[in-house]
Amino acid sequence: MRVERVISDENDSFPVGMRVLAVDDDPTCLLLLETLLTKCKYNVTTTSQAITALKMLRENKNKFDLVISDVHMPDMDGFKLLELVGLEMDLPVIMLSANGDTKLVMEGITHGACDYLLKPVRIEELQNIWQHVIRRKKFDRKDRDGSGSQDKPYIDSSEAAGLGNVDHNGKFNKKRKDQNEDEDEERDENGHDNEDLSTQKKPRVVWSVELHRKFVAAVNQLGIEKAVPKKILELMNVENLTRENVASHLQKFRLYLKRISCVANQQANMAAALGSVDSTHLRMGTMNGLGNFHTLAGPDQIHNAAFRSFQHSGVLRRLNTPAGVGISGLPSSGLVQLSPVQNLGNTSTYQRKLQSFVIPGNHNANILQGMPMSLEFYQLQNNRAASHVGQFPSVDNTTVLPVSSISGSLIDAGCSNSPLLGVTSNSLLLEGSSQLPTLHASNLRDSVSGFPNRSTLSDFTSIAPASNQLHGSKADIQDQAFPISCNAGKIISSAPQDWNAPKKDAPYQSNVPSCSINSLRAVNGDMAQLGQCLDQNNPIFNRNVGFDFVDPLSIKCSEGENLAMEPSVIEKEGYLMVQPSRQGIYIPDNEGENFAMEPSVIEKEGYLIVQPRRQGSYIPGNLGSLEDLASAMTKQVSIITSISCGNFFFS
Amino acid sequence: MMSLHDDRWKPRLLECEIPASNPKSLQISKPKKVNLRPHFLLLKFAFLPGFKYPVAKTGLPLWMLGLDADRLRADLNRLLAFLFHQGILDEQYLQLQQLQDESSPNFVSEVVNIYFHESEKLLRNLRSLLMDREFSDYDKMGIHLNQFIGSSSSIGAKRVRNVCVAFRAASDQNNRAGCLRALELLEHEYCILKNKLHELFQIEQQRLLAAGVRYPMLN
Repeated sequence: MRVERVISDENDSFPVGMRVLAVDDDPTCLLLLETLLTKCKYNVTTTSQAITALKMLRENKNKFDLVISDVHMPDMDGFKLLELVGLEMDLPVIMLSANGDTKLVMEGITHGACDYLLKPVRIEELQNIWQHVIRRKKFDRKDRDGSGSQDKPYIDSSEAAGLGNVDHNGKFNKKRKDQNEDEDEERDENGHDNEDLSTQKKPRVVWSVELHRKFVAAVNQLGIEKAVPKKILELMNVENLTRENVASHLQKFRLYLKRISCVANQQANMAAALGSVDSTHLRMGTMNGLGNFHTLAGPDQIHNAAFRSFQHSGVLRRLNTPAGVGISGLPSSGLVQLSPVQNLGNTSTYQRKLQSFVIPGNHNANILQGMPMSLEFYQLQNNRAASHVGQFPSVDNTTVLPVSSISGSLIDAGCSNSPLLGVTSNSLLLEGSSQLPTLHASNLRDSVSGFPNRSTLSDFTSIAPASNQLHGSKADIQDQAFPISCNAGKIISSAPQDWNAPKKDAPYQSNVPSCSINSLRAVNGDMAQLGQCLDQNNPIFNRNVGFDFVDPLSIKCSEGENLAMEPSVIEKEGYLMVQPSRQGIYIPDNEGENFAMEPSVIEKEGYLIVQPRRQGSYIPGNLGSLEDLASAMTKQVSIITSISCGNFFFS
Repeated sequence: MMSLHDDRWKPRLLECEIPASNPKSLQISKPKKVNLRPHFLLLKFAFLPGFKYPVAKTGLPLWMLGLDADRLRADLNRLLAFLFHQGILDEQYLQLQQLQDESSPNFVSEVVNIYFHESEKLLRNLRSLLMDREFSDYDKMGIHLNQFIGSSSSIGAKRVRNVCVAFRAASDQNNRAGCLRALELLEHEYCILKNKLHELFQIEQQRLLAAGVRYPMLN
């Protein structure tokens, strides 16, 4: 039974026939669950494997209304499945477990679960699960139409009330937007909605990349904390945009920022991320980035999805648009982040690269990279007072995420790390391919683990100091951060130029990044942490991180970048360049315009932004020499993290 | 034509002693020499292990007359009450019973069979893990235990579940000796549960047969 029916006819026996997908590796519980659900008159499908469940969900997005999944499963972590489902299909997911630890429940919430049930499951509890489907539909519709709530807070409360988890809601909303991105890239008010939930909705504003760029620019200008929908609307100066639209978008954006920090292992839907330039940015960014990478590296489905996503014309478009990659609608200022996504958009090259990538989740990294950047950007703005460092971590998160996805072990373990650590790792990752991976991984872990406990701001702050120290300014960076190789500095300083000519840059030697990392380490005490991280993670990350970072960059570059393809390259690559960013989030964008925007932003904050290496920066296996780095750096400033951040955000 | 009064029936009914059924299965084992016409199929299930059937004047066992249905139901309730009182089972088991209806007539025995199958696998895994001298992977043990806890609580096996929880706590503390003790206790509790559930099912089957016999046309 379609969800629409619920909306259209409240008197309909909605819960009856609601299609539920139950996933549990324990056959006893699965049979019991199936019988209970059948008793509640739902339409039940069961499977004991998460992978099968994903396949079923993917083959037809409208086949199910709700998913119930166990937390501990042998083939895939329940939380991972939860996030994937939330991102890709935007379905409500209920977690099930014999273990009711607060920690686990919290994790479930952060990953976006609608509910968390304990075994043994009682029929009374199952009789009410349909409320999650209705609630999501209602609030989603309300949100999309931009009706009912003018202010952010209002939306927050309504959505929060609706879903009981603002982040979750935001994520789902973003995801919904993502799914709509494909339909219309241009800023347009249309009623396109390819989801059941939206069939009843009024036409809504589609947040295209351009639109989102303007939005991000406006928010940056105002400051994330002071950004009010009305002012943003005025600044954006866009026709047919209501304050409600802006308000809901702003809320999503904030949720996204928060979400990024909480995501440890997200395998975003690359397709969504890549393909949708529009509204999906926030959620897409994080999720897509992760998912895409993940998909690429993971099972065939994912792999195909990733490629599909890459191939998406939207990606290409994104690449070409200043708005950046993957994140639709982000204002140009903030959209620089998107550019990484754009790289991703370079489907052909990227896909090849992705394919070759050994490490799964690298793709994710790319996307994440894009997204986090945006987050960082905002975070930086917000944290100006607080601490730049805090913001940085967010970047890390984004960048880290890809890495983590790639090297699941690294990332997953790392969540608990301090944000600073995460930051440093991110920055390091950015800088040096080999080192980056470790950093990145550690960053990811740190950020991931840290996020639930910290505000994103704090995360940034942690990173910011590191970054700040590393690069007080462009000049400083050169001096401090990259004593060994001025590449970093060069990269940073030359970033604007490099960014402007993203695609054409020659393949970037990964050496540069590595050098930068080293330099960073040397320069900064904080970096020392990174160094440690790097060291520890190096072996693992090198491979992965390089990959991750490379992806966004490589995608962007897409030209002749074989970064993705070779593990060795990856190792070298995967770093984010720490750039003295005023804002702290520097999203290297292939488009000059994005780049231009960033420096200004960066200057304000004076943060060091670790940006993933852009195209060309990825050099397979050459990391070693500073000289190489220098040359590479000069050629192109590739800020993987920034790219990835942007990607994440936008995707 | 066979009749219930045949000689071949009397000895069978009076003296049949079927060896105890395979504990691994909840199916009641069939008598060895079975060559019953369909219309006497009922009798197959009547051959419960260790049961001496009283025979009425008609030569039919009492249970076949359907007089035992009430007695058996009383036995069943008594056993259930005992199990609840001992904490071997809890209300969740009742929920299972409530889920059994015409559309899923063997639901409880199905679920319990699966549970036994899975639990024995888990127990074997746990034992092999602990017996390994170089055992250090408490996380893996924790995963097994989680599953055990989940399935036991879904069945309503309260005591087994509680022992599992204690086992998991010992495992979280990397306490090998504690884990070994807990494993012993777990195996013991599991055996008790299994035997009792077998008994329950047997009585239930008998009761169904007895109730069914009263109105053979309805079968």
